[in-house]
Amino acid sequence: MARRATPEVNAGSMADIAFLLLIFFLVTTTIEKDKGIARQLPPMEEQDQEDVIIKQKNLFIVNVNKSDQLLVEEELMEVKNLRQAAIDFLDNGGAPSSSPLYCNYCKGKRDPGSSDNPDKAVISVQNDRLTSYKMYITVQNELVAAYNYLRDRESQRLYGWKFTEVKKAIDEGSIKPADADPYQEKLENIQKLFPLKLSEAQPKKQGQ
Amino acid sequence: MSKFTKKKSSEVPAVNTASLPDIVFMLLFFFMVVTVLREDNLLVQNILPKADQVEKLQKDRAVYIYAGKPSQRYQEKYGSEGKIQIGDKYTDVTNIKFALTELRAKLRPELQDKVMVALKVDEKTNTGLVSDIKQELRELNMLKIIYITTPGNETQN
Repeated sequence: MARRATPEVNAGSMADIAFLLLIFFLVTTTIEKDKGIARQLPPMEEQDQEDVIIKQKNLFIVNVNKSDQLLVEEELMEVKNLRQAAIDFLDNGGAPSSSPLYCNYCKGKRDPGSSDNPDKAVISVQNDRLTSYKMYITVQNELVAAYNYLRDRESQRLYGWKFTEVKKAIDEGSIKPADADPYQEKLENIQKLFPLKLSEAQPKKQGQ
Repeated sequence: MSKFTKKKSSEVPAVNTASLPDIVFMLLFFFMVVTVLREDNLLVQNILPKADQVEKLQKDRAVYIYAGKPSQRYQEKYGSEGKIQIGDKYTDVTNIKFALTELRAKLRPELQDKVMVALKVDEKTNTGLVSDIKQELRELNMLKIIYITTPGNETQN
């Protein structure tokens, strides 16, 4: 019997099979979108800790009730105005130029009845237990935005780049970790100018 | 000379599709590599709130906590109160510590001190539940948390 050459495999349907697989993966893919607002929780208090007294004028109280209404410094406010109010408070620099607390980079109104300097200024958020998480995140987001705005402004003035942009670039790796050191130091400087001082009270029970 | 003049066919030649499978395979491999199959089976509704002042989560050191109302198909059994899910099952507030310690042990040893707790909480949940979780985390001394959000801004809608 004469040996026949093995017939070639028909690869015409290869593309179809590959397409089928491709479509399957296209449909099942969920590109993970894990980004969020990072926070450091305060450690558990020790017994002998003394209460720190903060002057009323250095305290910016944001109160959210159970129906998601916002009370800022005892006045009703819309969420969209919160960012500007927080910026005004942090950037106020109310201490007189003779005092050691004087803030030479603040551009605010220098109202003596508001915060002395950004280092002293504390934002306190109080929630009701029934406040929705959506509202909670919105408020947190606006407050972080206020800090970011001020940090961007100062880093633009001192170093010529934006705080948030450089931080993001380091996070995402477009600035290599090896090259990041000079930036890290400057980032820390900016953070010292406007330290994030957000305090959170234990939420109140409903109706209190 | 007529030897060299080809007979011109009047029809348009067919497009060569021989490299089509290669192209498709390339795309296929791309998606296979990029795809992350969901690790946890969600038992709770999970529509995340929107925020734009965000940082990226470093996944290699993250443990996840989900919270929200039970999904539609579980509501008959578990009611519609907000619930906490860690791993593949519902967890009670008092059990969070145990479940998280277990999860942390699964991370790479050098990253266990740097553990970050990713909170994926449904936007309709009460803040009370979240603060209960945070209280437990403080007792456990896992102080780095991140509220996972979706891109967008609530105030601009």
